[in-house]
Amino acid sequence: MNAFFNYFSEIGRGVKTLLKGMQITNGYFFKPREIVTQKYPENRATLKMFDQFKGEVIMPHDDNNQHRCTGCGICENNCPNGSIQILTKKETNAEGKAVRIVDKHIYHLSMCTFCGLCIKTCPSDAITWGQTFEHAVFDRSKLTKVLNKPGSTIKKEVKG
Amino acid sequence: MAFSIYDFSSFTQSIHQLLSGVMSPAWVLVSELVLVGLVFLMFYALLGLALVYLERRVCAFIQNRLGPNRVGPQGIFQTIADLIKLLFKEIFIIKNADKFLFNLAPFIVIIASMMAIGALPFAKGLHAMDFNIGVFYILAVTSLGVVGILLAGWSSNSKYSLLGAMRSGAQIISYELSVGLSMLAIIIFSGSMQLSVIVESQANGWWIFKGHIPAFISFVIFLIAATAETNRGPFDLAEAESELTAGFHTEYSGIRFAFFFLAEYMNMFLAAALATTLFLGGWMPLHFGVDTQFNHIMDFVPPVVWFFGKTFFVIYIIMLFKWTFPRLRIDQLLTLEWKYLLPINLFNIVLIAFLVMMGWHF
Amino acid sequence: MVEKAEVILGENEQYVINMGPQHPSTHGVLRFELSLKGEIVDKVVPHCGYIHRGIEKMCEANTYQQIIHLTDRMDYLSAHPNNEAVSLLVEKALGIEVPERVKVIRTMLSELGRLGSHQLWWAAFGMDLGALTTFFYGLRDREKILDIFEESFGSRLLHSYICPGGLMNDIHPNFKTRVKELIPYLRKKLPEYDQLLTGNVIFTERSKNIGIMTKEDAISYGITGPSGRGSGFACDVRKAEPYSAYDRVDFKEILMTEGDTFARYQVRILEMYESIKILEQLVDQIPDGDYTVKMKPIIKLPEGEYYQRVETARGELGVYAVSTGEKFPDRMRFRTPNFSNLFIIDKLARGHKIADLVAISGSLDLVIPDIDR
Repeated sequence: MNAFFNYFSEIGRGVKTLLKGMQITNGYFFKPREIVTQKYPENRATLKMFDQFKGEVIMPHDDNNQHRCTGCGICENNCPNGSIQILTKKETNAEGKAVRIVDKHIYHLSMCTFCGLCIKTCPSDAITWGQTFEHAVFDRSKLTKVLNKPGSTIKKEVKG
Repeated sequence: MAFSIYDFSSFTQSIHQLLSGVMSPAWVLVSELVLVGLVFLMFYALLGLALVYLERRVCAFIQNRLGPNRVGPQGIFQTIADLIKLLFKEIFIIKNADKFLFNLAPFIVIIASMMAIGALPFAKGLHAMDFNIGVFYILAVTSLGVVGILLAGWSSNSKYSLLGAMRSGAQIISYELSVGLSMLAIIIFSGSMQLSVIVESQANGWWIFKGHIPAFISFVIFLIAATAETNRGPFDLAEAESELTAGFHTEYSGIRFAFFFLAEYMNMFLAAALATTLFLGGWMPLHFGVDTQFNHIMDFVPPVVWFFGKTFFVIYIIMLFKWTFPRLRIDQLLTLEWKYLLPINLFNIVLIAFLVMMGWHF
Repeated sequence: MVEKAEVILGENEQYVINMGPQHPSTHGVLRFELSLKGEIVDKVVPHCGYIHRGIEKMCEANTYQQIIHLTDRMDYLSAHPNNEAVSLLVEKALGIEVPERVKVIRTMLSELGRLGSHQLWWAAFGMDLGALTTFFYGLRDREKILDIFEESFGSRLLHSYICPGGLMNDIHPNFKTRVKELIPYLRKKLPEYDQLLTGNVIFTERSKNIGIMTKEDAISYGITGPSGRGSGFACDVRKAEPYSAYDRVDFKEILMTEGDTFARYQVRILEMYESIKILEQLVDQIPDGDYTVKMKPIIKLPEGEYYQRVETARGELGVYAVSTGEKFPDRMRFRTPNFSNLFIIDKLARGHKIADLVAISGSLDLVIPDIDR
């Protein structure tokens, strides 16, 4: 007789747990406010990434097309997988001395692992994180970027 | 009757007379068959697509997502786009597969489900085949589908498929019993196997209300067993995505896969429609008491709306099962059937027979 | 069923199935070679190495700062503890004492990571068993934690945030308020997990008495983390060898004695509550101060051998380094938790069904890149 009651109480308990589970899913079905989906391409205008978001490495330029990079090559040395190449050239400055300035700061986005060592170690804070994240392109070569803009010069206050 | 304005039999009768006026009786039969066939083909395809869309939306809302919302307003054309994609895909036949059986299997599955749809009473007079053994016919036809699944698993020359097919075989053979026995409960109540008679017998109240607790138990068992029979979660052992990748239809692609997919949804519709017809009064409106104001208002809702409303309610419950519960293991599945559902069902039928004998139901 | 299979296949022929490398429930490129007798698993041979990247060898050509970003990519769900292990090793070797602020933040990040990792595990484990909705609920709540990470250091998965000497940059000012918002949110949502899955009769039937691991097994196979604690093996590094701020927080080491799949599940669920407890204690006690100590640009460890272990979400991660006094380590070795946890699967799954194998491998919470390194 005891086994008989156990049989039914087992069924009862089992059904109760199943109904409890269905209570959750059914509850969410009638709560459309809880939907977390972001409608991505439509919300582009309002979608703002966090200001420390690691989108890509950029070199900020001011209005006079001036940057802070001295071409010292510390970022190149610190990069674990060779995503940064720096080409420098000699140039005579206003005082007639030959100085080394950056010719091309080449950044391979396709190889970057976003470890942040280049930005952390840069002695003159020339590079920083950009917040763009739509990096998809049709040609791999487009992922190789030259960070300093053509014709840009170094800011005066930065010591080489 | 109050709802005779929605009676379709006069409409079908007028078509019959119109056709009889222009051609011989043999041609009338042929053209009517073609007409009904075309209508059902359209109905089948459209309903299948709608159900796939519905399932995706329902599961998305349950999971705090939006689901398809890109193709068309609210994404309603998503499944049509998917169908077009599936039509364009290559039909892949793997090496050493039994080609004839491999090609045959999806057709058996889809034909089985389509044949059963024909026997459903959608409204008064809207009924393709009204057998006097309608319930029996539906049971017989739906169990044909497992042959297709077994063939698909066997002929695919894939180990995963074979495992899935074997599971499906064991599952359907055992759950067929529960489906049959829970239908038997209503057959005892109404005293007929004809689906239209069963629906008419619920004019003064649905069997789930009239039949007291035994009818409710039958309804629950029918829901569980029918979910198992349609290979849907939590009984989707034949597919078992996380165990067997896709089970019996692992090797199918393109439109053949779509056939299996459609058949699954149509079987779900069939199960829900049968539950509606047998337990929830088919196309009968909801009535409380006799001749009240409420009943008259209910009568103005067309029977087709009643039928589909109830069916979609049952479909929602079946979907909720799938998206809530973990999958059963194969031995637990058989334990559930043979140790729980079947004994309860047998006892329930004896109880119902007793109820009917004493005339204690309404 | 078993006898019949023998008759058909003969004594030495087995029904062999390759589960993986592409399979929904191996969570990556892991391959199980299964011998089946009908539905019953006769033997499991795990094959790993499909995602071997040679991280240990790569470490020999990278400075200690650069190694950090490689450790992210081992166990990508507990990137913080991985980073912390190397950082602690370097700090220990150089005898650097990091500021209090760093210690507290490191502990909090580890616990946030553990929460996120356990949530993802819960999500995937439910999906392994066929409860597809758990996946989205788990990920929905994990998203809140990832948002905290993203705001503070810009990335959601591979952080490279903890570095030798401290942190890469200071935490975001919003960090505190966000964690404070997260705690009540999780306290509200975690009981739903129990209601949806833990109590469910199908789930308990599927997981109880499946894949029983004894304490002796756990010790001899080196099973650590929640999987080992489910068998009563007290192996929590946070308790045994407290690092960072774990010595001053109050938390329980969850131990279960059953050793089955359900016990391993239960340990992780309860650990989530413990993590919340730790976060609650620390969130108001982040001291002011520097986020890093001044390190030399090139770190050279003194000659010798060093070992440091931390507790990741999956078990004990040990880092062993041999230095010859150069800026690159001479040899780096990671004792990753998943590699040890994987190979007991043969013992656990024998005699169970395929469905149980999926449940067992899910309950071990394997992250494949951590196995292959």
